[in-house]
Order: sequence, then C-alpha cells, then structure tokens
Amino acid sequence: MSAITAGRAPKVSGAGASDRPSVPPRRLGLHVFLSAVSLLWLAPLLLAVYASLRPYQETAKYGYFSWPRHLSFDYYREAFTQSGMAQHFLNTLIIAVPAVLLTLFFASFVAFCITRVRIRGGFLILILFTAGNLLPPQVMVTPVYELFTRVPLPYWMSDSLTMYDSYWGVIAIHVAFQTGFCVFVMTNFMKALPEELREAAIMDGASVWTQFWRITLPLCRPALAALATLEFAWIYNDFLWALVLMSSGDKMPVTSALNNLKGQYFQDYNLLAAGSVLVALPTVILFFILQRHFIAGLTLGATKG
Amino acid sequence: MRPKADLEPAVDTGPTGPVATAAAPTQGRRRPRAGRRRIRRLTTRDRLVIGVLLGLPLLLTLVLVWATTLASVGLSFTNWDGIGSAKFIGVDNYKELFTNYPPFATAIWHNLLWLGFLALVATPLGLLFAVLLDRQIRFSRFYQSAIYLPVVLSLAVIGFISQLLFARDDGIVNTVLGTTGQGGHPVDWIGDPHINIWVVLVMAGWRHAGYVMVLYLAGLKGVDPSLKEAAAIDGASARQTFFRVVFPVMRPVNIIVGVITVIEALRAFDIVYAINGGTNGLELLSVLITDNIIGEASRIGFGSAIAVVLLLISVGCIIAYCMTELREEKS
Repeated sequence: MSAITAGRAPKVSGAGASDRPSVPPRRLGLHVFLSAVSLLWLAPLLLAVYASLRPYQETAKYGYFSWPRHLSFDYYREAFTQSGMAQHFLNTLIIAVPAVLLTLFFASFVAFCITRVRIRGGFLILILFTAGNLLPPQVMVTPVYELFTRVPLPYWMSDSLTMYDSYWGVIAIHVAFQTGFCVFVMTNFMKALPEELREAAIMDGASVWTQFWRITLPLCRPALAALATLEFAWIYNDFLWALVLMSSGDKMPVTSALNNLKGQYFQDYNLLAAGSVLVALPTVILFFILQRHFIAGLTLGATKG
Repeated sequence: MRPKADLEPAVDTGPTGPVATAAAPTQGRRRPRAGRRRIRRLTTRDRLVIGVLLGLPLLLTLVLVWATTLASVGLSFTNWDGIGSAKFIGVDNYKELFTNYPPFATAIWHNLLWLGFLALVATPLGLLFAVLLDRQIRFSRFYQSAIYLPVVLSLAVIGFISQLLFARDDGIVNTVLGTTGQGGHPVDWIGDPHINIWVVLVMAGWRHAGYVMVLYLAGLKGVDPSLKEAAAIDGASARQTFFRVVFPVMRPVNIIVGVITVIEALRAFDIVYAINGGTNGLELLSVLITDNIIGEASRIGFGSAIAVVLLLISVGCIIAYCMTELREEKS
C-alpha cells in the first residue's frame, strides 16, 4: 500500500555497498542522469535561498549567478516583520487546523457509512463526494462569494458580520471541497480492513458511534496520518480561496499574503525570494519529517488500498 | 467497551421495520433470518448519529460544491452585475464570449497547451523517473526526495521563484545563457507574451513530474513480478515487457494520473496569478473567471459563462472517470 516506496530504498543502498566495484557502466550512466535531474529539480529552490541571502544592489549589479560578496539574513527579518508574517502564519493555522480535523472526521464517518454500515445509496454518495472534488474551484467562486456575503454571522464569530471575510467561510469551503478526496481515500482504505472485530462488537450490541470511534477509526491511523499530512499541505498552499473570500489583509493566510509582499516591494525580488522561502519552509520541513506519510497519502488514493 | 450502555430500546427494529441497510439484497431485507449477517439493527440513536454526522458533510458538499456549480450555470444565462436584479438574457453571454471577447480564445488555447504539455512532456517524464528509480539502485531515496520536493511547494511560491529565475536583466537563466551584460540581448522570459507561457509550463511541469513519479512508483511496486518473468521467458525485450505487460497492468494508476493531469491543467491559476495576475500572455480560463467576478467590472453573468465552459470540459473528463470506476465496482 505505498509506504513501501520509502521503505525499500535504504536496504538497497546498504546491500549495494559491498558489490560496488562491479557496478556496470550503464548503472553509472543512470546515476549521472539521475544526479543531474535531482540537481535540476533542486536548483530553483536552492537558488531562491541563495538569492534571498544577498542584498539587491549586489545581485542587480553582478546578476544572481555570481559569487557572493555579502551574505545576511536581513531580507528574512524584513519579510517577516514588515509583512506581519507571524500574524499570517497564525491565520494559516487558524484555518488549516480546524479544516483538516473536520475534513478527516467527516470523511472517515462518511466512508464508514458507505463501507461498513452500508447505508442505502452509499455508492451514489461516494460518487457525489469524489466527483465534487474533481470540479474546478473557479466554477464555484462566484456563487460561494455571493452566498457568503449574504450569510450573517454574529460579531463574536466574525467582525465582518458575514461569512465573507471570515475564517469560518474559508474553513467551510475547504472542508466541503477536501472531504471529497478524503472520502475517496478512506473508502478504499476501509474496504480493505478486516470485519471480524466490528462484527464481534455488533454482537455485543455496540452502537454505530462505538463501532466507528472505538473500533474502526483506530485501525485507520495510517491512512489518517497520511491524509492529515497531505491535506495540511494542500490547505496551507491554497492561494485562491482566501484571496477571493477575504478582503482584510490582516486575516489572510500566509500563502495568499505573499502576494502583498509583492505589491509593496515590486522591484525587490530578493525580498520576495526570502518571503517565498519562509512560506515554503514549513511544508518543506513537514515533507522531510513526514515524507512517508506524504507519499502514502498520495498513493493510497491511487492504488486502491 | 460498554455494550449495553450504548443500546437504546429497540423500538423500530422489527423484521419489517425500515432497516437502513442499503447494501442488503432485496430478498434479504424481506427475510431477515436468511440475510442476517447483512442486517444491522439500527437504534434510534444510531440513526440520529448517522443523520447528523453524514448529513453535515453531505449538506456542506451539496450546498458549497454542487449547488454553487449549478448556480454558476444559471447565472451564465443572466446579465447580473452583482448589485441590481438579474435579467435572463439567454445565450447572449456565450455569443459574446465566442465572437467578441479575444482573451477567451487565448485562454482556451493556453489551457489546452497546458494540458498538452503536462500530458505529453511532464507525465511521461514522471513515468520515466519512476521506471528508472524502481530498479534497485543506490541513492534511490535521495533522487526520489529531490524530484518529489517541488510537489509540496505551493504553486504561488513556484510562481514567485520563477520570477527570480527568469528575470530579464539579472535572472539566473539569462546569466547562464550568457545573454546579459553589454551587447547581449537578454530574453525577456516573463515579460514577452510569446515566451512567458512556456516558462510557466516548464515550472508547472517541474512540479507535475514529481507528482506523477510518486504515483507510478507505487503502481510499479504493485505489479506482480512473475508477469515480468513470464514475459522475459517468452523472449520479450525490456521495452516490450514494459509497454505490453507492465504499463497495461497499471491501469488503475494510469487512470488516476490521467485524471490528475487533466484536473491540474484546468485548475491552473496560482502560478500565473502570482507572476502577473494572468495578463500579458498568461491568460487562462480560471483567471478570466476571477477577473470578471472580483475584478472592477463585476460581470458576474459573463464570468459564469466562462466558468460553465470550464465546467463542461471538466465534466467530460469526470464522467469518463466515473464510468471506469463504476465498471470496476460492478465487476
């Protein structure tokens, strides 16, 4: 089921060490090719980091592809403080954490109803969620915008007094949209789970909630971990929804706020690079720590449990 | 577990009661004894739990995804500007779109170009990487991580990084090409409306190839090795084995990759919006929609018509996808 992808490699490299002298030339060519590709794939990021460490005057004079004369973290400080990035990171968390938790919870329950309780029309529900996730978000943009401007919220929920320009609206659209993908993945995953434990629980008279929360969900931990990682990255990376559904700059999540940095300092690409690196950093760190889950999350959907 | 505590008095679970277990075959529902394994006696509390916890996400998706999509279709036949009242104007928006709105043709062309580039360049590249990395070679994990890394970046960040790489006077690409400095003719990668779409495509493909690679790596791991051995015994070359045996066996992955490729191409928005707001050679359907709606013009009816065109293209792909799924479910 995919986690294999990450697991196999180290063993191979360990075994390969002993028969290294006998590596055929074709293998060498393969390594040269793959190293070149890897470098090419990493280059844009590395160059962005490099540029962000150098003052604009220097890169403007000598170009980005030149030896450094002066390196500093000044742009990071500037990008972080002047755009109020701490606040934007907080906004991202305010949006992404509840959205991911709600999405996973709802998706698991829907998948549970489809695969375990086998409710009537389960397959139709599955199609409804999965196909909904495939629709282009731009088709929904206008009606969602118009709807949210008309839904009133009390002041303690949103100072805009409507769903528009509030965290609630952005969370709601993320949950509605992302549940589709998660239902699809969780349904495939739950289909492959053993039934015996739950059947025994049913014999003992366990309620649907108990069957779900205490018996099925704990078995889904690998899938939930994978989806949580992936969904967090996706919602973190979202650019469109916050841009369309929010008007106050100080409520923007960090990815959309990056656009402001560009507006304020149109010329200074080095500052923009520092901002981009700062915004990319959490997902890159997450990727290195949780790579297995990332890959599992993507491939769970593709390889049918 | 506290089995008894969760059990409500079984009021409506009689043999003929409306049992909400859909998958039970019809005759099973009539004769509860025979189809016992399938029948779940749901208590009132169970129904309440299902009603609320299934109902909420369903409602959310139906309202925010499906109803809004249908609303877009409806609005596309009106001249609504977001403030006044909407007037039904038939297919006038579509007429104008196809005859009197030059960016539309450009945007369609760019979206198709995007699709073609991802499908013909980036996706095969991802497949190639997967095939190369699937052999048990050293450093495989490093190569995989490097190629996969761009996938975790947001497309907006990729858009900003592109500007850095492809800047005209001091960008890295031009410096490497040696076109900067005195007497050189630096290529204006981002500013030239004939070139910039290709720059964006390269960056989108850069990310897409990693995505495809991961999916195919998982797919290749799932291929039964005895199939390859059998093909080898029959005298098939490595190339033949791959194209005639391995690739067709990965059909489920191929479908997913196909769907993702189409969807990515149609949704494309962030990169171009981050670069220049989707103007000057970077027009896309998604950008035209947002421009007509949240832009100053606020031509909601017209913007919706563009959205419907985008929708029709996607729906074609989604239906094709669902049909395949449905066929698999039946078998």
